[in-house]
Amino acid sequence: MTDVTNLEERFQARIDAEQKIEPKDWMPEKYRKTLVRQISQHAHSEVVGMLPEGNWITRAPSLRRKAILLAKVQDEAGHGLYLYSACETLGVTREKTIDDLLSGKAKYSSIFNYPTLTWADIGAVGWLVDGAAIMNQVMLCRTSYGPYARAMVRICKEESFHQRQGYEIMSVLAKGTPEQKEMAQDALNRWWWPSLMMFGPSDANSPNSADSMKWKIKRQSNDELRQIFIDRTVQQAEVIGLTIPDPELKWNEATKHYDWGAIDWTEFNNVVAGNGPCNKERLAARNKAHDEGAWVREAALAYAAKKAKKQAA
Amino acid sequence: MSRPGTGFDPRSDPIMSTALFTYALRLGDDLLILSHRLGEWCGHGPVLEEDIALANRALDHIGEARNLYDYAVKVEGKGRTEDDLAYLRAERQFVNTKLVEQPNGDYAHTIVRSFLFDAYHLPLAEALTRSSDAQIAAIAAKAVKEAQYHLKHSSDWLIRFGDGTEESHRRAQEALDALWTYTGELFVQDDVHEAMVKAGIAPDLSTIKQAFDATVDRVLAEATLKRPADGYMMSGGRQGKHSEHLGFLLAEMQYLQRAYPGAEW
Repeated sequence: MTDVTNLEERFQARIDAEQKIEPKDWMPEKYRKTLVRQISQHAHSEVVGMLPEGNWITRAPSLRRKAILLAKVQDEAGHGLYLYSACETLGVTREKTIDDLLSGKAKYSSIFNYPTLTWADIGAVGWLVDGAAIMNQVMLCRTSYGPYARAMVRICKEESFHQRQGYEIMSVLAKGTPEQKEMAQDALNRWWWPSLMMFGPSDANSPNSADSMKWKIKRQSNDELRQIFIDRTVQQAEVIGLTIPDPELKWNEATKHYDWGAIDWTEFNNVVAGNGPCNKERLAARNKAHDEGAWVREAALAYAAKKAKKQAA
Repeated sequence: MSRPGTGFDPRSDPIMSTALFTYALRLGDDLLILSHRLGEWCGHGPVLEEDIALANRALDHIGEARNLYDYAVKVEGKGRTEDDLAYLRAERQFVNTKLVEQPNGDYAHTIVRSFLFDAYHLPLAEALTRSSDAQIAAIAAKAVKEAQYHLKHSSDWLIRFGDGTEESHRRAQEALDALWTYTGELFVQDDVHEAMVKAGIAPDLSTIKQAFDATVDRVLAEATLKRPADGYMMSGGRQGKHSEHLGFLLAEMQYLQRAYPGAEW
């Protein structure tokens, strides 16, 4: 019988030597499970994330904005596809992964349980939500699992366009009429704290972090990434004349970083537990699309089977 | 139809220029309204690949619509913009066919609506590449490749539905029967269109109808679906007399521009 301890040591040695782990390589079961959980959550986030943005495709205020938003949401569906494929390399079918989302068993990024109430929210989602996601995704381009890292390289290129278009929406609104500026500030007020929560709990309270760091799935801690995001975003807000809704936000000359106020983790835990403003709507919308699309998928399978049979004959 | 090099500029003649403006608007409105309907599917498609395909189609359609609007406002010469055309016209001023404004319905309705439009749009775009109007020809040249993909996409699905399961066959036939009445309007050749044909700008629609018929017959045969009889054909869209659906579509689409007049976005 193979010695598991020995295998684990060899696995860790490969990780330490910065070798990518590929689908057919031996890996600890917990490494595989951690990846499946993380990649599937990421895939679901892309797909559920289409809903709050799709909410404004039919109401986008100009043809140019409508076209950009369509392109962005199309990218997100594409990201969902690569990530479900990356999951399949770990032995979990797309059907199973999606079933777990639909039943409520699998999680997705809690940020998408907030509503997009005004057009400025589309700007805020691009600027803040995609901006926060990029911090993680840039790090994940160097993650130890090969298929995930390669999917991320492609995703990152598109996400940076998403972030820029969101910021551009905000900057146009901030320079616009008083009503538009108010709309932009209101969106920043509502999306700021949930965006900071996207990085996950503080390192001290992050149960999966230690293993993920050891296995180089993650290379930077939640708090480190959150700090980089805050430092960058505060300056971007200043440029366009919007105010970050945190009275405790202050430049710290000693650390060369911004200090910020306390995050309300009760709210975060509530949204994760299913009590966010849109949890029920999001899951209901995904289930409705899945159920109403069942006959379409069945037709495609039936037709493919008929065609294969004809070709074999 | 092509008469390149005759040196005739329709924009120099006020009557012709109004007709050309209306023609570009008709082409553009069909595409914008269809794009809007396809955009409504976003995030609600039957399978992720179709979310991508529908967004992609919506993007192609809106791209072509923008090119046409951009040209229309130049022909008109009143300083309007593409967004003025899309967001600040009322129901009666839209000149799309009734086909494209029909609600999405189930996925069979959406596919059939696109298929019927694609079977008309591809040969039209091909013919318009030979338009005597260089701008219309250039816009069409860009659209042809996209239109080929669109027709393949909608045909492939219609064949899958027709020759898939009993349910998909039934739904596809129902959609076809329901939407067929809107196909006649695609080929109505009124005074505006006649003027375009005479100037070599647009093709005679009877040639487009032949290509449409051939595509429909070929695809429906493979799909084992029945071509509906040519009964009463709806029209009026080209004159701005629409179904009740369009008003709601525009109310949603134009909301921000109407609520905040003059704002830049």
